[in-house]
Amino acid sequence: MPVLLPTDILFLLMLLGLAALVAYTLRQEHLRRPWRSVIRSRSAMISLVILLVYLLIALLDSIRIPVSSNAHVNSTSAPIGEPVTLLDFGLGRIRDAQEKTYSAPLAVVAHAREMIRQADGREAWTYPRLQFGGRHLANPEQEHASDLIRRIALGLGAGIAGWALLTGFLALVLTRRRSDPMDFLRSAWRGETDLPWRAVLLALLLISLLAGVLVALCQAYHVFGTGKVGEDVLYQSLKSIRTGVLIGTLTTVATLPLALVLGILAGYYRGWVDDVIQYLYTTLNSVPGVLLIAAAMLVMQSYMARHEAEFASLATRADFRLLALCLILGMTSWTGLCRLLRAETLKLRELEYVQAARVLGVSQGMILFRHILPNLFHLVLISVALDFSSLVLAEAVLSYVNIGVDPTTESWGNMINGARLEMAREPVVWWSLASAFIFMFALVLPANLFADAVRDAFDPRRAE
Amino acid sequence: MIDYIIRRLLYALPLLLGINLLAFVLFFVVNTPEDMARMHLGQKHVTSEAIEKWKHERGYDQPLFWNGQAEGAGRATQTIFYQKSLGLFLFRFGRSDGGRDIGADIGQRMWPSLAIAIPSLIVGLAVHIGFALLLVFFRLTYLEFWGVALCVALMSVSTLFYIIGGQFLVGKLLQLTPISGYDGGWNAVRFIILPVVIGTMAGLGSGVRWYRTLFLEEAEKDYVRTARAKGLSEARVLFFHVLKNAMIPILTGVVVVLPLLFTGSLITESFFAIPGLGSYTIDAINQQDFAIVRSMVFLGSVLYIIGLLLTDISYTLVDPRVKLS
Repeated sequence: MPVLLPTDILFLLMLLGLAALVAYTLRQEHLRRPWRSVIRSRSAMISLVILLVYLLIALLDSIRIPVSSNAHVNSTSAPIGEPVTLLDFGLGRIRDAQEKTYSAPLAVVAHAREMIRQADGREAWTYPRLQFGGRHLANPEQEHASDLIRRIALGLGAGIAGWALLTGFLALVLTRRRSDPMDFLRSAWRGETDLPWRAVLLALLLISLLAGVLVALCQAYHVFGTGKVGEDVLYQSLKSIRTGVLIGTLTTVATLPLALVLGILAGYYRGWVDDVIQYLYTTLNSVPGVLLIAAAMLVMQSYMARHEAEFASLATRADFRLLALCLILGMTSWTGLCRLLRAETLKLRELEYVQAARVLGVSQGMILFRHILPNLFHLVLISVALDFSSLVLAEAVLSYVNIGVDPTTESWGNMINGARLEMAREPVVWWSLASAFIFMFALVLPANLFADAVRDAFDPRRAE
Repeated sequence: MIDYIIRRLLYALPLLLGINLLAFVLFFVVNTPEDMARMHLGQKHVTSEAIEKWKHERGYDQPLFWNGQAEGAGRATQTIFYQKSLGLFLFRFGRSDGGRDIGADIGQRMWPSLAIAIPSLIVGLAVHIGFALLLVFFRLTYLEFWGVALCVALMSVSTLFYIIGGQFLVGKLLQLTPISGYDGGWNAVRFIILPVVIGTMAGLGSGVRWYRTLFLEEAEKDYVRTARAKGLSEARVLFFHVLKNAMIPILTGVVVVLPLLFTGSLITESFFAIPGLGSYTIDAINQQDFAIVRSMVFLGSVLYIIGLLLTDISYTLVDPRVKLS
């Protein structure tokens, strides 16, 4: 039986909701039209592919299964009995591969020299071999380079094979026997398809090549090196994906109901309801965001200290803190959306079709639900899309100020925080930062591009 | 005009009261002084006498809103709300949980914050607007396309990387400026350069994109077409006509942050070890000094509200079409 933490449940529910929304959208012509202009954009489609890969990893990392004692995973990083996620299972090897301290990417020896007693009994001041990285090499000086090349070639081959399978599968599914899959592939290659399939397939090719090389290399090396206490940096970065994606999505989704309800009420009923709600969000908005978050996180910490018994295990503690961070971040960011929704509702309530509904005696709840709410959808969508990337970036900053996620949670913010003094070392330890940078950039850039495409398609002022 | 300002000031009062209450509820009701004492003295092995002593020393041992045991006006004044929260309205910040005078600390620490924030604002504004105008000048060319793409890429990098990368490149490899630190008087200039440059770089992507949309919106208006039709050069149209008219939204964006310059930037100050209000706040957060965080929350909100007020006033000054009502 899978074990679910609160954030897992919320995340899975959100994905289900998303799937339902997609299914609903596909059946409604008026909703499909703006999406068509999104998916015709090459950059948006490539971004979507990358975002889906991130989402998939986050999903794999959100399904936990308890480990029985006879399982082959005997890890040092998580205590026995704590459930591990599907991603952990997949990464079993690099999860358990611990070194003593820093080692460079793909290295076979440690980053710093040590006194080592050699076979002939003499002591030498040299670089010790790693426990995991390149363990299988008998003679690293000569074999290292050729082994790397062999593995990279193997990985590239596997990547191409995987991509070919995926492409074939896609072609079969997309044509659904209505036409020849080969025809589809040929026209995709020439860029003659309606949707930018060539760009999508090329993006998939790049991703599978990267994945193939990473998998091939991480069987025997630390691809991104190891950190201060010898943990694999690639593993950390991969685990951080869930934290980043969760904060980017749950935060807005969790506070969406609040912004929606208050915004619609304020705009539709006006009068004192409007005054109270406006007062509420102006007050909240006046407090500088970081300070409000800091204050709320301090209060939350002392709440956790008071109820120590409820947060017995490390995982529940970290999970509660992640959830609290999402809610607190949401509390500071719902005001902007609420204001937009209020203004739009004010406009909508005066339109003829709403007036007509009122005259015809449609109940107020029905007017709000059927006539106002659907027409606010584009604002919500744009806001969720635009907020995602800034939230992922905010997580890093907050974790740096120690008001972000729990220090035991893997997150890019914690990685940067832990690594910021490493640049001052001699020689420089750059790989933790580089890895966090690459993984973050590869998420935030597509998110920004996709959000831009969504905004261009849905914003009535921008649509032609 | 005076009427208008007074009305706006009165409108700000309930907001301030709301913020005061919010801070009070967060720091004293949700989180009781007892919890604060426990966090400072340790969770376990702490006697109730020690907690009472800690609370008494800091004046947290009174009732929240209403003191039934006191006489006369003391019933309302000898409470935490009166002594700790209402005092903020008069900028009486009281003492921090560590025993320091918060008001004096703020008065001293706001200068380094300003020394970083003001040059950052001016340089940032000039550079961002300059690049945005360039992009608009070269619109519908490959230069614009790649410029905008670069902006999106720059936006997608966390501020932390700009700071760490900048410190490493300029401070450590090139050794042009000190990596971090601060000094009084004119010596401070050496320490200010790097934070200002990095701050400008970090905001480049979003800044240029924002100003570009402003300029593009202006550039499509009729007066611009008229100016072109008159035969004015594109550069003249952009730098004189468009820039001048786009100044209004730019101004509102700038004026609202002016008062907040006092409180400085948390991240920048902490990375560059600048003894300003930002690092003061970070230290308070890390030491869980609730008194300082409460003061800073209130101060920040007051400054923000002042910023909004200034924005409204500046609107009426620069745009004659805006009527006071």
